[in-house]
Amino acid sequence: MTLELAIAIIVTVVGASTPILIAALGELVVEKSGVLNLGVEGMMLVGAITGFVVVFTTGNHYLAILLAAGAGVATSMIFGFLTLSLSANQTATGLALTIFGTGFSALAGQGYSARPVTLLGPLFPSELATHPIWRVLFGYSALVYFSFAMVLAVWWFLKKTRAGLILRAVGENDHSAHSIGYSVVAVRYGAVAFGGAMAGIAGACFPLLLTPQWAERMTAGRGWIAVALVVFASWKPFRLLAGAYLFGLVMTMELYAKAGGGPLSAIPAELWAAMPYLATVVVLVLISIRRDASSNAPACLGRPFLPSN
Amino acid sequence: MPNRLELSGITKQFPGVLANDHVSFAVKPGEIHALLGENGAGKSTLVKMIYGIMQPDGGEIRWNGEPVVVPNPKAARRLGIGMVFQHFSLFEALTVLENIALGMDAKIPSRELEARIREVMQTYGLLLDPHRTVATLSVGERQRIEIVRALLLNPKLLIMDEPTSVLTPQEVDQLFTVLRQLASEGCSILYISHKLHEIKALCDTATILRGGKLVDTCDPKAETSRSMAEKMIGTGLKDIIKPEGRRFGEPKLVVNGLTTRKTGDFDVPVADVSFTVRSGEILGIAGVAGNGQNALLDALSGELKGEEREAISIDGRAIGLMDTTERRRHGLCAVPEERNGHAAVGDFSLSDNSVLTARDRLGMVVLGLINSGAAKTYTGKVIADFAVKALGPAATAGSLSGGNLQKYIMGREILQKPTVLVVSQPTWGVDAGAAAAIHQALVDLATAGSAIVVISQDLDELRALSDTLAVINMGRLSASRPIGDFSVEEIGLLMGGVHGEEAA
Ligand SMILES: Nc1ncnc2c1ncn2[C@@H]1O[C@H](COP(=O)(O)OP(=O)(O)OP(=O)(O)O)[C@@H](O)[C@H]1O
Ligand SMILES: [Mg+2]
Repeated sequence: MTLELAIAIIVTVVGASTPILIAALGELVVEKSGVLNLGVEGMMLVGAITGFVVVFTTGNHYLAILLAAGAGVATSMIFGFLTLSLSANQTATGLALTIFGTGFSALAGQGYSARPVTLLGPLFPSELATHPIWRVLFGYSALVYFSFAMVLAVWWFLKKTRAGLILRAVGENDHSAHSIGYSVVAVRYGAVAFGGAMAGIAGACFPLLLTPQWAERMTAGRGWIAVALVVFASWKPFRLLAGAYLFGLVMTMELYAKAGGGPLSAIPAELWAAMPYLATVVVLVLISIRRDASSNAPACLGRPFLPSN
Repeated sequence: MPNRLELSGITKQFPGVLANDHVSFAVKPGEIHALLGENGAGKSTLVKMIYGIMQPDGGEIRWNGEPVVVPNPKAARRLGIGMVFQHFSLFEALTVLENIALGMDAKIPSRELEARIREVMQTYGLLLDPHRTVATLSVGERQRIEIVRALLLNPKLLIMDEPTSVLTPQEVDQLFTVLRQLASEGCSILYISHKLHEIKALCDTATILRGGKLVDTCDPKAETSRSMAEKMIGTGLKDIIKPEGRRFGEPKLVVNGLTTRKTGDFDVPVADVSFTVRSGEILGIAGVAGNGQNALLDALSGELKGEEREAISIDGRAIGLMDTTERRRHGLCAVPEERNGHAAVGDFSLSDNSVLTARDRLGMVVLGLINSGAAKTYTGKVIADFAVKALGPAATAGSLSGGNLQKYIMGREILQKPTVLVVSQPTWGVDAGAAAAIHQALVDLATAGSAIVVISQDLDELRALSDTLAVINMGRLSASRPIGDFSVEEIGLLMGGVHGEEAA
């Protein structure tokens, strides 16, 4: 394998992993607060179409990212209102949110298909990325660096800040948190909104980072992978990073296999297509076998909070 | 000087229960004030309103003479009200330090907080490792976290809802020293407990609730435990009747060289424990909390997977490898110390909770279907026989007051007439009248031929109940001897780790 090819692979892996990582980080925070939002895929699609339309009309990529985040928050608030204020079932509401996001984005995207936009360029000046090796470090767009920064930020927030401690406490034992005097619902609204923003940005990665156009359902199930990854990573940000890149790698290998890339194409394409999902299942099973005390799952995950008064 | 706290006409209505009915009383600065009442009398409800967790439907709270509204616990803490809860409000997956930090409103760097925690622990002799995860602590240790958390706020009024139900006698003495010291510094204390001799030793005034109404105010020092208990229940108190000259029959439960593995850094495992309980016998196991009682109970119930078939046998049948359900089928029922979540599912109705443990013994499941009629009838019987204050079999376990849940759980197991019953802290949080009833039910069950193991820290309870006694210390169990052979001092020494053989 040549150096060029290796670098091309790395760059593709980074591109494929970034949206998953961003969306999963958002979902991790949501789940740590005790809420299970299965609407990640839907929020990502809303973010994707918003990002696309903004770039298409204004040409401003950063404005597109910002508004995609805003659209993600708005979508997540539908979920928040139903599950937190009205105590609706979180699983059902999350699924409905994905269906809503899919339909809404398809509707809003009518007439935009096959209209090209430009991708978000690299963050650093191209002089820094002339040599292929430097390209691996400095050749990416801001979204990629953002995803890495967020891994650190989420870890630091959960582990080191008081607000993070309160968020974990709410996910751990909502009734205790309530009796000490924290507003369980308010904390969860905050977490859900953060998850929405991250999913919106993750969605915007598709037209802005990967394929410079709009296509219906262009997130292609990555939102679901993000949800699975959170569990796979035992709710730990750095494991999430590793997991997202593992999935990105498997998906990239699939691309190369499809393109007839040497020995990889020996495995049938159907199997390749199933690989990331298979990997999810295998890893989940492995994790649940190794059921040690530090499984780290928030004890109140998915349970609606109904204060006794 | 105005009263520290004054309640007038406080009323609280729950669906179907008037939990507080125009309650009025006052607490003076530096006063240790007891709040007494049967299970379900409305004590916890009342103090929850003072602490802002619930809002009264009517009445007024005055703080230092000023009328106040306490919308939430933060506001209560700002006024200077601290509270130690009956059911812990702790986060199992977090460390002691994090748990305490959550109860502080000011942002304190964790270094500094840790220093302050260590200081409070030193001053009051409440020792704990701030970096341990709560899930690995015993109930007594968990209680200490709550106390430290409340003390760190320098409260002007400290509310303690049954703080001693799970403490050892030594810990109780320590706590009382702390409380007296606080009171002498001008802090008022509102103290809820069912242990009336503690009330006599500690409190200056006692307010007694019955059915949500204030029925009496008295000076505990001028009363006897019995007279206070009678004021609470409104009638005379019954003594335990133990038939004289009982004989013990065949060995029912034989434990031989039972050893458990260390499960994480939790809990003390038990090592090489052997004992025999005969038909009709009540074996008491005394010990300071955290000496392997949990491991012993879990190993007997089957919750902790056994490794040796012969280690435990019932009626001569080795059951060491069986799981909980199979053991239940063979007549061994066990009641763990943790009621909520462990012995009962809070969100389930009482009926459904009955199905969970009684389904096989009482045929509540037919061809895989729940016979809900049978479950309801049985639950109704438990409620009636054990005077559980609940709206009926359909009430959720979580809506019961602490002591009533305890009565329900004990009743559910006793009425199954198990061959062998193992219980931990059978009267934890139960009022005097109900405790007597539970004791009587245990004695009756033994008289009818069951073998019973009672694990408890309450020596009075053990001496009233047991026929034979053994002491557990650091996971090792002393040889069991008839209760009459022990003096109080000797039990105390054994609990502290001085074994008979070594001392002799
Ligand atoms: N959240 C609730 N919903 C409905 N009923 C409740 C609720 N909390 C308490 N009750 C009922 O109110 C009454 C008073 O309960 P409370 O917990 O104040 O009793 P208590 O005096 O603290 O008893 P214990 O000594 O057993 O702790 C009980 O009948 C109880 O079932
Ligand atoms: Mg109570």
